[in-house]
Amino acid sequence: MDKIHSHRQVAAIKHSLFDQGYLDEQFIQLEELQDDANPNFVEEIVTLYYRDSSRLISNLDHTLERNPLDFNKLDTLMHQFKGSSSSIGAKRVKAECTLFREYCRARNGEGCRRSFQQMKKEYATLRKKLETYFQLARQAGPLETAYRPK
Amino acid sequence: MDNGCFSSPRHDAFPAGLRVLVVDDDPTWLRILEKMLKKCLYEVTTCCLATEALKKLRERKDAYDIVISDVNMPDMDGFKLLEQVGLEMDLPVIMMSVDGETSRVMKGVQHGACDYLLKPIRMKELRNIWQHVFRKRMHEARDYESHEGFETLHLIMNGSDQSDDGNLFAVEEITSMKKRKDADNKHDDKELGDHSPTKKARVVWSVDLHQKFVKAVNQIGFDKVGPKKILDLMSVPWLTRENVASHLQKYRLYLSRLQKENEQKSSSSGIKHSDSPSKDTGSFSFLNTANNKQQNDVAIDSFSYSDGTSLLQMDGPSHESDLKGIVSEPTTEKRRTSTSDISDPKIPKSSQMTLNEPFASLESSEASHAVFDCTIPRQYSWSEFPKGPLKEEQKTIVQLEDSFSQLPLHGTQHHIQVDQSQSIASINSNPSITEKEVAPSIDTKPLYAGYKSDYMSPVSSIGSAVDTFPKQSKSVIVNDQSSQPIFTSNVSLKTQGFNVDCISDLDFYQMNLLMGGEAAASSPLEEDLNHFLLQSEWYNMNFGLQHIDMSEYYDPRFIAEAPSYFYDSADYSSVDQSLFIA
Repeated sequence: MDKIHSHRQVAAIKHSLFDQGYLDEQFIQLEELQDDANPNFVEEIVTLYYRDSSRLISNLDHTLERNPLDFNKLDTLMHQFKGSSSSIGAKRVKAECTLFREYCRARNGEGCRRSFQQMKKEYATLRKKLETYFQLARQAGPLETAYRPK
Repeated sequence: MDNGCFSSPRHDAFPAGLRVLVVDDDPTWLRILEKMLKKCLYEVTTCCLATEALKKLRERKDAYDIVISDVNMPDMDGFKLLEQVGLEMDLPVIMMSVDGETSRVMKGVQHGACDYLLKPIRMKELRNIWQHVFRKRMHEARDYESHEGFETLHLIMNGSDQSDDGNLFAVEEITSMKKRKDADNKHDDKELGDHSPTKKARVVWSVDLHQKFVKAVNQIGFDKVGPKKILDLMSVPWLTRENVASHLQKYRLYLSRLQKENEQKSSSSGIKHSDSPSKDTGSFSFLNTANNKQQNDVAIDSFSYSDGTSLLQMDGPSHESDLKGIVSEPTTEKRRTSTSDISDPKIPKSSQMTLNEPFASLESSEASHAVFDCTIPRQYSWSEFPKGPLKEEQKTIVQLEDSFSQLPLHGTQHHIQVDQSQSIASINSNPSITEKEVAPSIDTKPLYAGYKSDYMSPVSSIGSAVDTFPKQSKSVIVNDQSSQPIFTSNVSLKTQGFNVDCISDLDFYQMNLLMGGEAAASSPLEEDLNHFLLQSEWYNMNFGLQHIDMSEYYDPRFIAEAPSYFYDSADYSSVDQSLFIA
């Protein structure tokens, strides 16, 4: 019963992640790639993402501190960040990236900063939720969940 | 790859086993793509840097079937990589990006991408990438067939379901058959086996053909030019509009690049032959340096391949990075070529691009480079050009543009050295080929370097020249695969007497090159031969005759393989190179 309950919990978290738009189809793709050869593939990818995105966020932070702002560089960095976020299906984070890039093109420094803060928030939230998700999933054990959000 | 094994398992199970090279600076995506491709049963190699990817590609030209690359990379622009790969290796390249703006996609297509994928990429999109490889093969086979008159191939292609594996086999088998037919050597097998999936017959733009092409273009007016018009003017019956279109595209790219370089460089990078090898980076210049004339004799000898790889070294102008393969000496070359003019009759089926003249326009700096003297179409598909001492001696063979930058151009030695084990200039004749056989067969083939677009490919079929010289007695090069092919003796092209007859109809252009140049130059073909330094970058110099896919060859013997190669030239992407004759 506990096992089933845990699995249901895991499924619920996943469901909410999708419902609330934190994740998109790409995440499902990753899950589909997971197999016996790579049983923890999704987590592996997410971990790679964390590493790469942390580095990019820190770069963006530094670049935003400069004066005057180097919009081209910001745009390039954010482009990379967006690409990286698309790899795990981080939908909300990606949306913020797009917004940020628009501000960059408009040379709107204030807009960039605001958007960046928002993006960091989304990123932090997503990360937290995913960590919880994986933790529970590990605890629940390798029960095959056929659950697929719509 | 198993040499000599035509149908490798990979090949049989196509598209499974497709060898993909993925280039992306994003580690997350790299891992995801690797996993996805493996799920499609492809063989995956990953790289996070463009420079690393190019290195891998150059190391073994035939090691990959297709390249997937991201557009934005820190060390090199993805579009530039795309262009390089297309020119040098003629592999299909797929671009990827999270940015799907029309302008970007357009740019990708303009630079030659066969597809542009948007991230996030789905598995189903990757599953079908084999179609690009198959399509290319089909085109090559068709081209080959068209001028080879390979009826069966047509039938097979037309008759069966295109996507059928059997079809693919048929194509390859036919091409391999053809190859085998022409050369009884195991080299063929080797080549085929190794890269059979990638090598297919292609249109060989011989020097002559290219000359016609350029003439047509000039006649029409570069601005108003179009494939149909060119085709009509050229009046080459077996040539198709597609052939011309793709050749034109490469030609354009080549010219634009030259233009850029010319603007930057004050001196003509081209033809300087003065021994300045300067470009170790591979500037490939097949220049026939006037300077080296005397060395010609030597030159021929110098075709020894040190590692068995034949380097056609052309003393190219030390152009910094681009080989300006310009063989500029049209005028000088012209005379030469006219004398030899062998190419025409000989040119076997493949259309060979005569490099003569056209190149002349390019950097004419050293006019003497009559590289085109030797209009020997070279077909090299050398995947790598040895950095070895390319010596270009005499007649410069066309200077290849920068992609060939690797030519070390050592002006002094005229010998063609084939250093790289990998790039074997087709100069070597197969051991199996006896002199008499060689002569005819070889002729030129080896010279065809199929190189990609930038190279004007000196065409000097030095290799072939060497071989063909039966007269010279030298047994055409050694080629026994194990030993280093040494052209030297054979090459003694010095012979002015190189007669054409030696050269059997192979495409001659090579002969032309050899001969042509000779007329003017004291040293006949030898010089030309020497010029062909092949730099590792060059890789594909496919010119004309058989495309000696250098990439495949690592042995010099390849050259001897002769005619078959040329026709098969699997990688004829080099046609492009020849195109560049301004």
